[in-house]
Amino acid sequence: MKILQQLREEGRADDMQALVEHIPYARFLGVNVDQTRGEMITVMPFKDTLVGNINLPAIHGGAIGALLELTAVIQLLLDTSCEKFPKTVDFSIDYLRPGKPIETYGRAIVTRQGRRVANVRTELWQDDPSKLIAIGHGHFLLAPV
Amino acid sequence: MNDLEEFHDQPPHSAAIGFELTGTDGAACLFRLPYAEHLIGDPDTGVIHGGAITAILDNACGWAVRNHPKWDVESSMATLDLRIDYMEPAEPHIDVLVRSECFKLTHNIAFVRGVAYQKDVNDPIATSMATFMLGTPNTPRKPEAGNNS
Repeated sequence: MKILQQLREEGRADDMQALVEHIPYARFLGVNVDQTRGEMITVMPFKDTLVGNINLPAIHGGAIGALLELTAVIQLLLDTSCEKFPKTVDFSIDYLRPGKPIETYGRAIVTRQGRRVANVRTELWQDDPSKLIAIGHGHFLLAPV
Repeated sequence: MNDLEEFHDQPPHSAAIGFELTGTDGAACLFRLPYAEHLIGDPDTGVIHGGAITAILDNACGWAVRNHPKWDVESSMATLDLRIDYMEPAEPHIDVLVRSECFKLTHNIAFVRGVAYQKDVNDPIATSMATFMLGTPNTPRKPEAGNNS
């Protein structure tokens, strides 16, 4: 991806906020990246277009899934130096609690990184970090530099 | 009894993504996700984001439960888990089609599979397997008490 190459040339390969601003779907969800707390945290502020259940109301499972996957990909880009976006091979989501209409946070850990494929685990929470709303794990094909 | 006629009353996120129900085939539901700028994951290639495929498969699988003959229209549901296998990137500028089918509905759980494709249902770009918990609360929840939540 050109943006990855551009960020590397500018000496800010780790600037994941600049990256998400270049991904139309991340902008559609409104995802930001917070790298000020010593780890990478994705932040998805609440907005009406994220709602999947208007009665509760709750954030749509698709938006939760997308945030999990995006968080995994961003963590992978930080942990590896990929020229291209890692390609998702499979991704599994467990929905633990309804996503309340408030800000959602995500973090990921690369559980195993091989030469061609990596396994990543991701979790999402809202106002209480001890109450996860969803967890995910998946495999990604890597395209190392 | 199914309640797909409610499809025009989609939740905001589904409407924002822009996918539509195109019909049914027995118990299966058929959908189309028109190619759109806001769904793009890779601006260099125009390939849509995996998350968009996740969202539409989750959605499509939910509708398939509501199209199952044993679905109780008074009931409600929530996705319990969803696994997606991505076989190949969606070709840019071409709509994504989805076929979803609830192949088993028990008292508590619905089991659903879905397939996303572009030209041929037998040449998928992604497949999914989902379970849904039935009879979940569908009214605003009270604040979580203690550790019971």
